[in-house]
Amino acid sequence: MAFPEETNTVPAVEMQDIVLRFPGVLANDHVNFTLYPGEIHALLGENGAGKSTLMNVLAGLYKPQSGEIRIYGKKVSFNSPRDAIANGIGMVHQHFMLVENQTVTENVIIGLDTPRFALNLKKYDQEISNLAEQFGIHIDPTAKIWQLSVGEQQRVEILKILYRGANILIMDEPTAVLAPQEADELIETLKGMAAQGKSIAFISHKLTEVKKVADKLTVLRRGRVTAERVDLKDFTRESLASLMVGREVIFNLHKCEQTAGPEVLRLEDVCALNNKNLPALRNVDLTLHEGEILGIAGVAGNGQSELVEVITGLRPCTGRIWLEGKDIANKPPSFSINQGLAHIPEDRIGVGTAPNLSLTSNIIMKRYDQQPISQKWQLNYMAADNLANGLKLEYDIQAPDVHTQARKLSGGNLQKLILARELSNTPRLVVAMQPTRGLDVGAIESVQQLLLEQRAQGCAILLVSEDLDELLSLSDRIAVMYEGRVVGVVCSQDFDITQIGLMMTGTHPQDLPGKGQSEEFPAQSADSSFDEVLEGLRHYEEAAQTEPPKETEISSESEGPLEEPPQLEPPTQPDEPLLNLSEKERVLRKVLGEKYKQGDEE
Amino acid sequence: MNWIEIFRSGISTGTVLLIAAIGEILTERAGIQNLGVEGMMLVGAMAGFRVAFTTGNVWLGLLAAIAAGGLLSLAHAVVTIHFQADQTVSGLSLTFLGTGLALVLGDGLTGQTAPVIPHASIPLLSQIPYLGPIAFTDHNLLVYFGYLLVPVVTYFINKTRPGLHLRAVGENPAAADTLGVNIYRTRYLYTFIGGCFAGLAGAAISVAIAPGWYSNLTVNGQGWIAVALVIFAHWNPWRAALGGYLFGILRRFTLDLQGPRILFGMANPFFFNTNLVFFLQMTPYILTIIALIWGSSAARKKRIGAPAALGTPYLRGERGL
Repeated sequence: MAFPEETNTVPAVEMQDIVLRFPGVLANDHVNFTLYPGEIHALLGENGAGKSTLMNVLAGLYKPQSGEIRIYGKKVSFNSPRDAIANGIGMVHQHFMLVENQTVTENVIIGLDTPRFALNLKKYDQEISNLAEQFGIHIDPTAKIWQLSVGEQQRVEILKILYRGANILIMDEPTAVLAPQEADELIETLKGMAAQGKSIAFISHKLTEVKKVADKLTVLRRGRVTAERVDLKDFTRESLASLMVGREVIFNLHKCEQTAGPEVLRLEDVCALNNKNLPALRNVDLTLHEGEILGIAGVAGNGQSELVEVITGLRPCTGRIWLEGKDIANKPPSFSINQGLAHIPEDRIGVGTAPNLSLTSNIIMKRYDQQPISQKWQLNYMAADNLANGLKLEYDIQAPDVHTQARKLSGGNLQKLILARELSNTPRLVVAMQPTRGLDVGAIESVQQLLLEQRAQGCAILLVSEDLDELLSLSDRIAVMYEGRVVGVVCSQDFDITQIGLMMTGTHPQDLPGKGQSEEFPAQSADSSFDEVLEGLRHYEEAAQTEPPKETEISSESEGPLEEPPQLEPPTQPDEPLLNLSEKERVLRKVLGEKYKQGDEE
Repeated sequence: MNWIEIFRSGISTGTVLLIAAIGEILTERAGIQNLGVEGMMLVGAMAGFRVAFTTGNVWLGLLAAIAAGGLLSLAHAVVTIHFQADQTVSGLSLTFLGTGLALVLGDGLTGQTAPVIPHASIPLLSQIPYLGPIAFTDHNLLVYFGYLLVPVVTYFINKTRPGLHLRAVGENPAAADTLGVNIYRTRYLYTFIGGCFAGLAGAAISVAIAPGWYSNLTVNGQGWIAVALVIFAHWNPWRAALGGYLFGILRRFTLDLQGPRILFGMANPFFFNTNLVFFLQMTPYILTIIALIWGSSAARKKRIGAPAALGTPYLRGERGL
């Protein structure tokens, strides 16, 4: 499809009727994709929609069963990535393709013909820094890859492509691994490159980000194109989401009103150490009731994961943890499982599943010793498969069959598999750590819906998340953690994102400004909430400037070897504003920006 | 005890380990682990000795040994690279295959004599006190080849384009593949080269250092030591040389320790004592184990270690988990 203003230019890439079939899956079903010079074209779709597959075809990694590719009007056929490179196509993969213990320069020149035999690294270091400068990329060419941050590693990937003189760049979910500032920098870099005439295909499943970066958009769903080369401004977030998922996506989840029942979980004075033997939990007291979702908010590394491990019996602790009247502290996990505990761990592959085992084996992991799967000393695989097939249907796990290895599932389906195992046991308490991290909108919606269903059935849910929007929309109460303490617990009618944000940086609730006067948090879109926090922060800052702040007591309280937070100035300098705005902004950016940073398993 | 002689023959026997270990380093740097070094060395020792014996030309024998080791390693390459089979199992079976082949084809060679690699001294260098007589006097030519091999291979791995590709293939084959390096060809090539070196190391025993064919006692487990040496050396040729020579010296030292009646002014407890001798013979191996443990913990701190993709077959498009 050609647009009037583009009829005289030759498209940089024209892919027509691409068909690619993997065993059991039709990954690309007659897909068309067109990319013009100097344009950033977003490729949007859920995990497993075939975006990455299509771009891997363009990058020469996969060979399509049928279809045509034209580069600047010339028909091509790629047998290997080398052919694609020769045609000026480079791809930045989602998982970086870098050799960790080699330098930046070495990584860039792998596979090139030019240093015939001896590597003259000095000369190439210089060439690479010149090239980086040209595109406004900051990097030290002599650094080893393992010494670089993720954002810098991504720049190396981009340099690899630019150094080969590529005119067509494919970016596979480039912001998934980046912190928000890094993501903004990347978007600036990409726009700069597009202005210099490069064509960029930008794969993403994040709607907000696509709106920021792209000129044109192609949407894929289950291997088919649902919108081809459309203008982004014609679409709202909701209409894009429904194109991706194929149905209406509920951004504001319906949460039924219900009153919390009797107490299910109570933590009394729980302390624990982290892996470095430093205090990670300090005198934590929490209660959780039937039919209630208790959200745990906090910047990563403030004791959330230790809290989850203590409750699930994976980490020793002091204090008491009552689950339905029984003390489960320091008991083996099997004890708490029998008490009705379900655990949705943060690490889906390492902790949540056995990646090389089948769906069936993963599903029966918690009930292999129960009838009918257990038959005396042997397993009844028929019953196990029946159970797995039932759950696969019920939880809509997309996989060829129940004998598929768990590692072949996409992130969303893997999480559904874990949920199927944990929730089908009618638990009393669900401990969920980052249950939607790295999932696409459709999967996030179904995971959240499943948690709400459990809540309606009277299950108590402890939800740890770094996504504030998620916590705000799901939780009945939110407990905010900072340096291993519960700074405060807020009920849903008092939710105020500014206050929660401030508590996440260690401010005590009683010290918060304008408590009770703030309005209900209105829209739950990422940008508005962030600006609002900063706005509130500035007001607070002004207040803090005029009257001497009260947090001095906190700073004296914060002890121990944990890292001193920047805003806690020593009490000897009372004239200094205790909250350093820029530092605080940074922390909050980090907190609220987590939604841009969701990892992805695809 | 003659210390000069101990060091001199230690370097000579260490050369065998050095050559085999450097071959294995090249193979493993490409991500392929070949545990069949023992088998390939035996085949090389047999082929080298047989060809030298029948043709009367020791250089033809060396060529035959290199070819035999390389050919045998191709079996491992086909199984592990092409069919992506388990490298440990394939390597172990290669040892059995190589041992069997060598014993059958080497039938009738026991007790025969064949021409050996000529010895030479290096002018000037052999005049250096201590070092001259130890390292540069009356060694067979393969010892000097070993001296050259270490810097050349180090340079090749670290400072050349093929070396860069070799490292990339062993560390992150997917990265190398996306940049157009042919993973399969690279891995085949270095598995073959590793086999050639192992064959040469075998021949270094049978036609140079301890001439003759004594069935599987010819190599007598040195292939396994070479494999361990690679780990000890952290895949670095210089450290492989150090370890190889050290091991050679230790072995010779434990032999010589049994000779004298008086040691350091005392009665020598090892003097032809049949019980203690067993323990004495164990010491090089025990020290190897200790060095391995010590070396691996030190390496982890310095981020040097096994090539990241060692032992994992590469399949394009496999989900990267």
